Amino acid sequence: MNILVCLSNVPDTTTRIKLAADNSKVDLSGIQWVINPWDELALTRALEIKETTGTLVGKVSVAMVGKTEVEPTLRKALAIGADDAFRVDLDPADAFQVAAELAGLIKANPYEIILCGIESSDYNGSMVGGMLSELLGYTSISSVSSLSLQDGKVALTREIDGGKETISVSAPLVAIVQKGIAIDPRIPSMRGIMASRTKPLSVLASCGSPSLTSFGNFSLPVPKSACRMVDAENVPELVRLLHSEAKVI
Amino acid sequence: MSVLVFIEHREGKFHKGAFELVSYASRIANDMGTSLVALSLGDVPSDELSKAGAYGAGKVLNVNDSRLSQLDNAAWTKVIEQAVQQESATVIVMASGFTGKAIAPRLSARLRAGMVAYATAVPSSYNPFTVRKKTFSGKAFSDVVINTPVRIITLAPNAFGVHEAPVTAEVKQFTPSVTDADFTTKVESSEKFSGKVLLTEADIVVSAGRGMKGPENWGPIEELASVLGAATACSRPVADEGWRPHTEHVGQTGKVIAPNVYFAFGISGAIQHVAGISSSKVIIAVNKDPEAPIFSVADYGIVGDVQKVLPQLIQSIKEVKAQ
Ligand SMILES: Cc1cc2nc3c(=O)[nH]c(=O)nc-3n(C[C@H](O)[C@H](O)[C@H](O)COP(=O)(O)OP(=O)(O)OC[C@H]3O[C@@H](n4cnc5c(N)ncnc54)[C@H](O)[C@@H]3O)c2cc1C
Ligand SMILES: Nc1ncnc2c1ncn2[C@@H]1O[C@H](COP(=O)(O)O)[C@@H](O)[C@H]1O
Repeated sequence: MNILVCLSNVPDTTTRIKLAADNSKVDLSGIQWVINPWDELALTRALEIKETTGTLVGKVSVAMVGKTEVEPTLRKALAIGADDAFRVDLDPADAFQVAAELAGLIKANPYEIILCGIESSDYNGSMVGGMLSELLGYTSISSVSSLSLQDGKVALTREIDGGKETISVSAPLVAIVQKGIAIDPRIPSMRGIMASRTKPLSVLASCGSPSLTSFGNFSLPVPKSACRMVDAENVPELVRLLHSEAKVI
Repeated sequence: MSVLVFIEHREGKFHKGAFELVSYASRIANDMGTSLVALSLGDVPSDELSKAGAYGAGKVLNVNDSRLSQLDNAAWTKVIEQAVQQESATVIVMASGFTGKAIAPRLSARLRAGMVAYATAVPSSYNPFTVRKKTFSGKAFSDVVINTPVRIITLAPNAFGVHEAPVTAEVKQFTPSVTDADFTTKVESSEKFSGKVLLTEADIVVSAGRGMKGPENWGPIEELASVLGAATACSRPVADEGWRPHTEHVGQTGKVIAPNVYFAFGISGAIQHVAGISSSKVIIAVNKDPEAPIFSVADYGIVGDVQKVLPQLIQSIKEVKAQ
């Protein structure tokens, strides 16, 4: 079986967000782009599974919907260890368009296990994986914190509100993964970086999927007023403030 | 036309999160001049179901089918789709938490209904249908326009509050047509962290970081949480090092929360941490370093040693509570 990891390209988590002068978009100048943290963990887990299950997994591929500027991120995924990469040549307008393009790709190139991240840390949709599973008619499991292959089935753990569940399902499936799926993301080795240059990266034309939503204006959170400091020797004063000024306890 | 709100129960009871969703959906239904229908799956007594009326749901549908007692994304999506059709719903509201993440996007693709996740307010305009949401992990907001006749919104936790708007709720059983073949998810076992306040729903959260030095020092954190009826949380390294369970990790890669009150003990306030807590109404920080970035997002602060401050804080809160 083959595994496909869907990647999204996001600003480094330390990025401070600035807006363009007319607030119509985020100012992307000078941003450092990285693989979405959950997708990086998903890729790491896919590679671990491939390496520890003998010949069960044929290949681990990565896919991203984006224009040429996302290619360094795909090359990084190849350097980490993915066997090949797809880029659908489209600057997506929303999550549905991403999902529909990925569904087109998967119909033409079938995969048994598809991994998506729980959300991309830029537009925070938490949508692509679920939409993709529906468009493909596949089982989806979300908030997945562990995944392994067992006796021809896929064993997963999912985190539910106030607990967790152990689940077994048959492939094909879309697993929407979160923290825990792998401990630390793999980083590319020197050899991986060399090898990534010659690994296949196919560019596919968009299949013309529609979008359902569009982004209007952006805004930034209102800055907080200065912090009110209380002396460490006078802890009851803090409690008094919380009780009679903030009225929260 | 109607607005449909999907609400969840725990052991047959609705909690604050469900009532907040009904309140939010009721406001939308009001703005649109239409009625509100609540949908709940599972074994919920009818007097509990009718409680949704207090927040504006004129009709409450309940599906009592034991096959639906465990989340099956595809099957639940199909059930909600049928309710949407029966009620001619044009707006569907869900929570942005675990179930919303699992179901709402599937429903969106199935109905070709545009979706906004982590909405922070009711639509600012109904034509075009525009909803504000969090982006960049809470570092920005954006106004998203949904361009389809049916729309799905998932509400960020604690973004709207619970508001009473009493109507008499008509409680009805709803019997969707699902077959065994619709169920593909087999739950082998489950583990519940019971008895505690749910972190994403909590009014007060007591959180601590690496400044606590080790798991053995968490006693006062738990005591303070219990005195306040609060949930406990932690920074990422604390969860990574196994001092606390992963379910407590808040921040950009953990849970995003918005309690009324957030206590940060020995947390430096890294940008990824703050991304998960910045919507809290009041933030209180205790840190020995006056330069710690947490003080730039906090409302109240103490520069001091957590080990010394905590016992005094607990003592003093107990006194206030006793009054
Ligand atoms: C991709 C990525 C994602 C991340 N996501 C998250 C996330 O979701 N959530 C998150 O929390 N972090 C996240 N991080 C990590 C983040 O960058 C910080 O490293 C982390 O938040 C620091 O945790 P801390 O504040 O507990 O520890 P530290 O930064 O070590 O801070 C400890 C603080 O305790 C204070 N202190 C020490 N002793 C005492 C004492 N006796 N009394 C009072 N104060 C004391 C110190 O002054 C210091 O400010 C992420 C990082 C990356 C790279
Ligand atoms: N442009 C994209 N190309 C491929 N996969 C994507 C893209 N955007 C998002 N994804 C996948 O969908 C997940 C959730 O993204 P989102 O729905 O945008 O929060 C990500 O973690 C990726 O796995």
